Order: sequence, then structure tokens, then C-alpha cells
Amino acid sequence: MRLELDAITKRFGSLVANDKVSLTVEPGEIHCLLGENGAGKSTLMNVLFGLLHADSGAIRIDGGAVRFADPGEAVRHGIGMVHQHFMLVPVFTAAENVVLGFEPTRPLGLLDRRRARADIRRLSVEFGLEVDPDAVVETLPVGVQQRVEILKALQRDARLLILDEPTAVLTPQETEALFSIMQSLKRSGRSILFITHKLKEVLSIADRITVMRLGKVVGATTPQEVDESELAAMMVGRDVELVVRKAESHPGEPVLELRNLRVVDERGVAVVDGVDLEVRAGEIVALAGVQGNGQTELAEAVTRLRPVSSGSIRLAGEDLTRASPREVIRAGVAHVPEDRQEDGLVLGMTVADNLVLDIYDVAPFAAHGVRDLARVRGNGETKLSEFDIRAPSADVAVGTLSGGNQQKVVVARELSRPVKLLLASQPTRGLDVGSIEYVHGRVVAARDAGSAVLVISSELDEVLALGDRIAVMYRGRITGIVGPGTGREEIGLMMAGVTVPPAEAPSTAGDGGAAGAGDTGDGGPHAGPAGGGAGKASGDPAPGKGSTR
Amino acid sequence: MRAERVVSIARVRGMGIFLGLISLVMLLPFGFEVPARTEATFEISQAPALPVPALSMDVRLVSVVLGLVTAALCGVLVLRRSTRGAYAVFTAGVLCFLWSFLVWVGRGNSLNFVALLGLSLISATPIVYGSLSGVLCERSGVVNIAIEGQFLLGAFCAVVVDSATGSLWAGVAAGAAVGALLGWVLAFLALRYGADQIIVGVLIDAFALGFTNYMLEQVLSPHENLNSPGTFPAVALPGLSRIPIVGPILFDQNVFVYGAAMLLVLVNVALFRTRWGLRVRAVGEHPQAAATVGIHVLSVRYRNVVLGGLVAGLGGAALSIGSTGQFSQDMSAGLGFVALAAMIFGRWRPYGALGAALLFGFARSLVGFLGVLGVAIPAPFLSMAPYVITIAVVAGLVGRVRPPGADGVPYRAE
Repeated sequence: MRLELDAITKRFGSLVANDKVSLTVEPGEIHCLLGENGAGKSTLMNVLFGLLHADSGAIRIDGGAVRFADPGEAVRHGIGMVHQHFMLVPVFTAAENVVLGFEPTRPLGLLDRRRARADIRRLSVEFGLEVDPDAVVETLPVGVQQRVEILKALQRDARLLILDEPTAVLTPQETEALFSIMQSLKRSGRSILFITHKLKEVLSIADRITVMRLGKVVGATTPQEVDESELAAMMVGRDVELVVRKAESHPGEPVLELRNLRVVDERGVAVVDGVDLEVRAGEIVALAGVQGNGQTELAEAVTRLRPVSSGSIRLAGEDLTRASPREVIRAGVAHVPEDRQEDGLVLGMTVADNLVLDIYDVAPFAAHGVRDLARVRGNGETKLSEFDIRAPSADVAVGTLSGGNQQKVVVARELSRPVKLLLASQPTRGLDVGSIEYVHGRVVAARDAGSAVLVISSELDEVLALGDRIAVMYRGRITGIVGPGTGREEIGLMMAGVTVPPAEAPSTAGDGGAAGAGDTGDGGPHAGPAGGGAGKASGDPAPGKGSTR
Repeated sequence: MRAERVVSIARVRGMGIFLGLISLVMLLPFGFEVPARTEATFEISQAPALPVPALSMDVRLVSVVLGLVTAALCGVLVLRRSTRGAYAVFTAGVLCFLWSFLVWVGRGNSLNFVALLGLSLISATPIVYGSLSGVLCERSGVVNIAIEGQFLLGAFCAVVVDSATGSLWAGVAAGAAVGALLGWVLAFLALRYGADQIIVGVLIDAFALGFTNYMLEQVLSPHENLNSPGTFPAVALPGLSRIPIVGPILFDQNVFVYGAAMLLVLVNVALFRTRWGLRVRAVGEHPQAAATVGIHVLSVRYRNVVLGGLVAGLGGAALSIGSTGQFSQDMSAGLGFVALAAMIFGRWRPYGALGAALLFGFARSLVGFLGVLGVAIPAPFLSMAPYVITIAVVAGLVGRVRPPGADGVPYRAE
């Protein structure tokens, strides 16, 4: 299918989300749409998919103009969309999700489940998309859920697939698998519109690239014509530093010590299952892992937002296992939470108030139970300039700021008190390149100022860029702790539960960061020979995941 | 796709302790404190043609034996480390208690068991309609708090139309129509204008109460003939109604009871086996996902809320012309909320709701019997009992259940 978007314009009030955007996708082509968050990619796709209606411009399929009133019409014209946030009903089976809206039926409107299953099996085989039709979607790993989404589009005979940030939730291996699926779709003559902000992926899979910035198309190119930093410059509009500059770490005393930490969720399942981890002053430990492997719960346990069922948490020698969140803050833990809008900020309150959420009740911001609003406001204005927060004033609601500036408010608040440990969860999720640079700079600065830093991230690039040591978490356990020179492939395998043989785990000079993991035979924990007791990992792979290809 | 009930060890312990407490009641007041050789007689025959001998039991003996059994079950629950089968054990204990309670209540008397169960079914019928209405609405993602009001106004209109026209079926139609109308009001305000579903629902309830009170006072009281409908007679199904014990209870009932049974099956099949049901559930769980495959979320919700109102209106008609045969002030008496509780107890599934409806119906008709027997429990406490039981069951037994993902969440297309 040949798809042409011709001068699509879409406004939201005074904001022009798409300004005369044009692009063409040829049959059998993988076309990458590259742009930062807020560049207008999603708006464009929603227009294309009939979820939004363009103010002007035209969509042409194989030369004929079309207009989609709703997604149903887009689907009938052969457009399939794999949404970034999967559009799957979690309690339905894979088969039910695939056929929804397009159900094979028997008389009286009864569902023909057998045919649904058969359809899925046929498509699975044809495109190498392995899915159990009867599995309940919410129990499936994200990579498989994504296959269900793709199957959904294929079952409706999609000839053009829109993949919206499909790799954001995948491990490197799952990404590879997705790319091979994309290749097989391409071979079958289908076109793919691949939306992303990850430069490496664009260069490895795209036939052609369209770059968007601030609602406009700023360039069209091919992977042969550009390199990573040129693409980044197109995307951001200025030259950007793609690597984090940091000096060698000089680890000091252990600050955070987790010993055999176990956290159990509401159903009694151990989500953090015997974690030993140490973070020392002046080093960044990056905790990698696919989302949902216990990192969130680990962070919540350390900040005491979630009960610990056994094990211990010590901060600079002080036992915090049973402390209250407030005691944790007072003990010198700065926390940048994973979901800044839910847990990091009170969106309806002003920037100034958000900046003192942790210390609003003590001097100098309050005395005798009365707040000193002038001081709070003054502090707000100071922090705006100190942390480069772009806001009209400190008196606006923090919810009106952009994602990057919201995160800067969180960072500003957390780093404005004495910090022994900085715990940053997914610190750059959803941020633009400029803000990412800024947050990374602050994290490294905190380390250089002598804080211990634990960065939890599911972005491998971020882990590799920041970590002085890299710990990988899988199903509630640490599958290994490795040095910063470790290859992506290797960490990717660890993220999938494969423990790395000790010989392959490189060790960083001086601090003995590498530690190890056991042979898969006995599965017992093996403490690595860590200089100064740096890292320990209890590594045994989860059953059935022990081997590599 | 079975929704698993989440039971914690603590909850199982709690159930065990509860059984322990009721076993004490069974052993002491129901058991040893009853004079020896007091008997209770259960009549289990209704049709004179089919004499089944009455069952006489020694109160003390029965209560003590059942009390010991319950105490043993308590031990099982408290000491066990696994949660499997906890509900079965707990239910067994509660049934023991009920039996013992009935025997104690009926001491020195005879209790018509068949009539009691038959009446339970009639009491349960409106609740079944109400909970089906709740299932229809909430499975599509709209909370229907207005069931209570739909009951009340449905009951009222059924009475008035039947009295005026002399046709019971016209009364049924009127009840259903006014229920659907209130459903439409809820849908219109909540879906079209995004008003809060709970608030609109409560307003409809308040309106129905105020309106019927006013009409009762101003119109029905002066015109008695407008409040004198007929009631649907019991229809004995040939053959089936002659089965001993079960026959008269299940197969000698009025059309509302049979209608509820059929509707129950129909809704269950429609919801879980048809294309329509799959789409409704998708809309209730994840409306955005439904919208992206071309399902019109708001139309589905609109339809279901009106349909749910219609079913609740039928329930209202069942309350008046299917049972008492008269409209009285606030005659729904919170049954609409009980129906919602039954729906939650049944985890938003029709058959599950039936269990809770039967429990409540049984408790209600039992209370009626106790009043007749002149038990020394003050009347207000007696009439409170069915509600207390319902609260205890829903809060204590059900635990954490998962409602449809988008239940009560307004949907916006953009």
C-alpha cells in the first residue's frame, strides 16, 4: 500500500500540533517517523488512524483520497495500528482480543471461538508471531502482548502497520525479535510506519526516515545518508551530546546496603526475592531490567513506601528497615520516583509548594505550625533559576509545565537537602533529549559531590551511560552485577534471566565491581570477589530460562 | 478467563474465628440452655396429594451436634496454612448454624419449610432483576446506582397502570418502560454530558422516592382504586411441580420468578458467549481498546444502561404486582442497593449474583416467619437482619473482587 499524507494540519486551540506535515510511505517499505516527545508524531498517527480529524490536508491511499471518521474506517482501508500503550483488554484471552470488533460468529451472534483460534494460529505461523490463543493477555509478557497487537492488525488484513514507539517496553532481545517480524511483514509487501525516538533503531531498520520537530517535518533522509549525531541534531534542532561525560568514579564507604531483601506483594508473591546490593559513596549503580521485574517494588521498599517482609535496609550504617518515609527523607535519601505525576508531584499545587513538599513544616518554611509563604515563594524563584526550570513563575501549578520541567522540579526538590543516597527511578522516562542531558548531568554531579547514586532504568542506553556498576534484575532477583564496559547483548541476556558466567563478566579497575553469578547447575548464590565488599549477587536463573540460543 | 478470588490467610483465620463464635451460640443458647426433650417440627409437605412426613427434631441434640461440627470446622480454618477450600468449609459452618437456628426458633412449634423456601424465592426475585440490571450496566462501564429508584418507580407505575387498565401485562410493560426511561435519563446525563454517574444515580433514587411519596399521598390515597392491582397468580408447571419438596418450591411460582430464571440464563449466555457480550465487556474493561477496533463505546453504554433500566423496572413490577399486590411507601426499601451488593458478591456475573440474592431472600422470608412465630427479638432488629447479613457477606466473605476495568469511568473520545 502506498500512503501519502499531504500537508496535514491539526490544531489544539492555539497550539499547532501538526503543521503541514507531508510524508509518503511506499509499498513494502519500513518508514521511520523520528521525533521527540511533543513533536507531533502521535497526533499525526491519530489523525491517520481516524481518532482525530485534521483541520486541513489530505490522506491518499494508492492515489485515492480518503477520510476516516473513526478507527473502524481506517481499519477497513487496510491500516493497522500497534499502540504504544497496548489497546488490549487485559482480562480477555489473546484470541478474544484479536477478534474483538471483527468477530467470526455462528448463528444468533454466538462467537465462533474455534475459528478465532484457527485464524490466529494461521497468522502466527505465517509471520512467526508465536502466541497462545487461549492465554489471558494480562498474564503475558509485554513482548508477547505486542505480538497480540500485531496479530490484531493482521487479522483485519492490514496492509500498512503503524507501530507507535513499539520498542519502549521491550528487552533488546525482544526488540531484535520484533525487527525480524517487521522484516517478514515487509517481505509480504506490507508497509510499516515505525515511530520512535531511538536513533540506533532507526538506523538499523529503516528504509527511509522522516524527522519531525515541533509539529513540522524538518527532514527526510535514509540511513545511508546520515549518522546518529546528525539525526539527533535534526530531531532536537541543535547539536546534542549523546554521551554522558563523567570522570572515573572514586567509590568510598558503603552508603546503601540491602541484605537479602524480600518484598511480597498483595497476593503473597515475592516480587523482590532476596536482593543483596550495595551502593557506595561516589558511585552510580545502575539497576537494569525489563519493567515489572521488581525494580519498582525495590525502590518503594527502600523509600519505605512498601513493607519489607524480610532482610534489611541500611543507610550509612543506620537501620532503615522499619523506618517511616519521613525518617528515610531525614536520613538523607533523595528519591526521584518512577511516576513523577503520581508520586513525585502534586500537579494541582504550585511549583513553589512542590519544591518544599518534603520540608514545608520546618524552619525556615514554617514556624509554630504556620507556613512562611513569602519564604516558600522566594525559595521557588531561586530554584527556578538554579535548576533551569522553565516556568512563567513559581506560582503556577506544576501540572501546567512540560514533562521535562516537571522532572526538574522533582530533581530540584530532592537535591536541595543534604543527600547521602540519590535513588532515581526511570529518571528520564518520557523526557526530551535536552532534559535528559540535564538530568543525567545532575545525577553525575550528585555522584561527584560524594553521594551514592542508585539509578533504576529500563532504558539500556541510560544504564550504560550512567552506571559505574550495572546490576541487572530479573523476576525479583539480581541476575548479575557487571562493569560499565559490558556489551549490550550480554546485559540484554541478563535482563531475560540468563546469568552471565563469571569469566565473561568484566571487572572495573580498582573497585571490583563485577560479581557473579553462578553456573546454572546448582543455582546457588555466588558472591563475587568484590574488593571492599562491593557487589554481591544471588544469581540463579528462573526455571526454564537457563539457556541461550 | 476465570477471575480468581484473592483470599489471604488472615481472612481465612477471620472466617474460622467467626465460626468459633457462632458455634458457642449454637452450643449454649441454642443447645444446653434449651430444656431437654424440646422438639421442633419442620413441615416439608405442601400438596396434600403428596404427603411427606414432617420432620421432628430434638432441639438440644441437634444444636449441640451441629455446634460441635461447627467448632471442628472452626479449628480447621484457624489451624490450616493453606487457603484452598476455605469457602466451602465456611459455607458448611454457616449452614450448620442456620439449621440450628431454625430448629431453635421453631422449638415447640412447627415450621413450614417448603413455604419458607418458596417465599425466599419470591423475595429473591426482585434482587435478581436488580443485580442483572447492575451487571448489564457495569459490564459496559456505567455504575447504575439508580436501580433503587427504578425499582420504586417501576413498582409504582406497574400498580397504577394495572389498576387503571385491569391488565397485569400492561402493568409489567409500564414498570419496564419507566425503568428504561430512568435508565435513559442516567445515560443521557452521564454519557452525553459526562455528569458523575453516582450523583445522577442518587438523584434519580431521591426523585423516585419523593415522587412516589407525593403521588401516594395526593393521588393514590384519595383514589384507592388506583392502588388495587391484581397480582400474578402462581402457575404450576405440569409435571415438574409434582416433584416432592423441590416441585412446589421451584415450579409453582408466578411469571416473575420464571422470567428471572430465564433472564439469568439469557444474560449469562449473551454476555459470555456472543459477539454482543464480548463487545460490551471490552467497552467496560478498556473502552479505548474497543474504540480503536471500531466499536462505538458510547452507543454500547447507552444501550446497556437503558436495557439495565428496563430490567430493573421489571424488578420493580415484581415487587408490587408480582408479590404484595399494592404500592406502599418506599416499598423498595433499599433492595436496589442490596441488588448491587449481590452483583458485587457475584463478581459481576449473573449466576454469582443469584447466590447472594437467594441468601438475602431467605433471610427476609425467615424474618417474616419469625415475626409470625412471635420470637422474642424486637421487630426493628428483625427487619434489620437481612441487611446485616448482606453486609456481613459482602464485606466479610467476598474479599477483594475486581470490577470491570473501566467501571464508573467516563469515556471521552478524544
